[in-house]
Amino acid sequence: MPYLSNILFAAILIFSISFFVKNVKKLTRNIKLGRDVDVSDNKSQRWKNMTMIALGQSKMVRRPVAGLLHIIVYVGFIIINLEVLEIIIDGITGSHRIGLKVFPLSFYGGLIGAFEILAVLVFISVTLFWIRRNIIRLQRFWKSEMTSWPKNDGNNILYFEMVLMTLFLIMNATDVHFQGMNSGNVISQFIASWFGGISGETLHVIERTAWWLHITGILVFLNYLYYSKHLHILLAFPNTFYGKLKPKGQLDNLEAVTKEVKMMMDPNVDPFAAPAEGTEGDMPAKFGASDVQDLSWVQLMNAYTCTECGRCTSQCPANQTGKKLSPRKIMMDTRDRLEEVGKNIDTNKGEFKDDGKQLLDNYISREELWACTSCNACVEACPVSIDPLSIILDMRRYLVMEQSAAPVELNNMMTNIENNGAPWPYNQMDRLNWKDE
Amino acid sequence: MSELLKVPTMAEFMAQGKQPEVLFWVGCAGSFDDRAKKITKAFVKLLNKANVEFAVLGTEESCTGDPAKRSGNEFLFQMQAVTNIEVLNAYEVKKIVTACPHCFNTIKNEYPELGGNYEVMHHTQFLKTLLNEGRLTIAGGQYKGKRITFHDPCYLGRANNVYEAPRELIQKLEAELVEMKNCRRNGLCCGAGGAQMFKEPEKGDKDVNVERTEQALETQPQIIAAGCPFCNTMMTDGVKAKEKEADIEVMDIAELIANAQDL
Repeated sequence: MPYLSNILFAAILIFSISFFVKNVKKLTRNIKLGRDVDVSDNKSQRWKNMTMIALGQSKMVRRPVAGLLHIIVYVGFIIINLEVLEIIIDGITGSHRIGLKVFPLSFYGGLIGAFEILAVLVFISVTLFWIRRNIIRLQRFWKSEMTSWPKNDGNNILYFEMVLMTLFLIMNATDVHFQGMNSGNVISQFIASWFGGISGETLHVIERTAWWLHITGILVFLNYLYYSKHLHILLAFPNTFYGKLKPKGQLDNLEAVTKEVKMMMDPNVDPFAAPAEGTEGDMPAKFGASDVQDLSWVQLMNAYTCTECGRCTSQCPANQTGKKLSPRKIMMDTRDRLEEVGKNIDTNKGEFKDDGKQLLDNYISREELWACTSCNACVEACPVSIDPLSIILDMRRYLVMEQSAAPVELNNMMTNIENNGAPWPYNQMDRLNWKDE
Repeated sequence: MSELLKVPTMAEFMAQGKQPEVLFWVGCAGSFDDRAKKITKAFVKLLNKANVEFAVLGTEESCTGDPAKRSGNEFLFQMQAVTNIEVLNAYEVKKIVTACPHCFNTIKNEYPELGGNYEVMHHTQFLKTLLNEGRLTIAGGQYKGKRITFHDPCYLGRANNVYEAPRELIQKLEAELVEMKNCRRNGLCCGAGGAQMFKEPEKGDKDVNVERTEQALETQPQIIAAGCPFCNTMMTDGVKAKEKEADIEVMDIAELIANAQDL
């Protein structure tokens, strides 16, 4: 059976990719559960944002240590993946280091040498990340929402990367032919010496094992993404593209409300008129958001993009002063609920069956929502253009406009505005009194 | 003092068939809050001094709707917005200046979609322009050499990327501008935004304004400068909470410039 390994490889590859595609479909389906929103404007600015923020990591480096380490891992990830291309071709065709046949030795050696150096740098960076998380225990990684799965997820990713980098180097170190060429083995030559005294045959077995573990590891990692916060490596790009372009202080005006208000202000409108034919569907089912389907698809994509780094939460004035609100938790809750809704749809043959739960109260408490100062620190801090404030505002809208459930003092404030045009109970006729005081 | 203030209204301008150069949007705090009224008057003194033909809406002004919108009451916000826009458009207002970053943000960013298109400036930007045009001079006076730290209002800074105008004005006072650890886009909120001004904070282990005041105190300032009536209140309360009110003043930039010239 000379083709056994080729067939096995192809089978693993096809299985991994189809499983991944299946989950990507689920992911897109879930995101599309959100309200439609027009983000087709200003394409050039959007491309620029994506290039700067996602590709260029411009916001990551605002925290220089994490930013630098992240760039190393990010560049390493992209470049080392060129090697995966060779591995896949080798795996399918049964060739060994096909690159050697295509490129001159010096070029191939240069490439592999660069990969090896990056692999070491990535390994070091990831180790430092792990130390920051687990030994130094940076505060933002130990907030109350960072227990159980989110905590393990963060570490799993780091272990994955450590193991993958190690396997890559071992694979090169135990490749007798590759070491013999003495080109590109800048790092692995030193590792090769650890394997001195081992017979050629055993070395070959080790090399093959490392090769197989490396590629299956990558494929497992690919499929791990959907279950992990690590989805940001893909979604950071569309997310920064579709991120908010307007000034941060500008919150959207609800169109449905505008229609109502314009009608109220227009003396020519007949208040008892039946709605025009075909416009019944124009009114939203509700104002604001109590569940994930009430949010826009961009907000839902935000939730899947969040990598739980916690920069938002560490900048949040409410969180810094011990309040329950954590913008990161808002995003994590949104994703968790969206996943729950998605599973509900899967088990009920494509239709959502009311499960008696919603994003509000079951996930995000009112106490959290009312603690927000709308200061935009979380939005400013996010390295991938996530807007937690927009979700908080939409949920407040639901509480106020659908449930009249604002805190008493805010109701007083709003009554004052309604009655006398100021948040305090002063007469509008006294507005200019300051002039003569 | 008050008899010296010239505060014409839009109605008066209209009666004379004239248009002012700019409308001064006073805002609710600037109209009713005792502390903020002082800021309003200081700014008017500067406008008078620079011979700016401005007008106020007076009793025709109403809340922009900012706290309602940020509380989630979009309905009330838009009612306020549409009513205000009707008044502003009836007077054919083109340019608005305000000393409140919340009014500034709302009128500048959220009114256009509802039919209100104006050039909107924060008073620090406006004063900066007057200075550049040579219509206003700024002298250090009593603030020369004083240590002043500037607290960025969220709705001026992060919300609208205005960071430099207030700082340039402080520097014109020949004062020593000292920056807090968290400034400009990293500035910490005073705790008043998002309608928090009008309610008790949620349970926590500290008040936001105290946290921010502590950051300001780290710079050992003689004055904490603000550019927002709500920040001003929050920081003043913070200074009191730290029992520093005898040593440290919280002042709006307009007040600093007016006081420096003994206006």
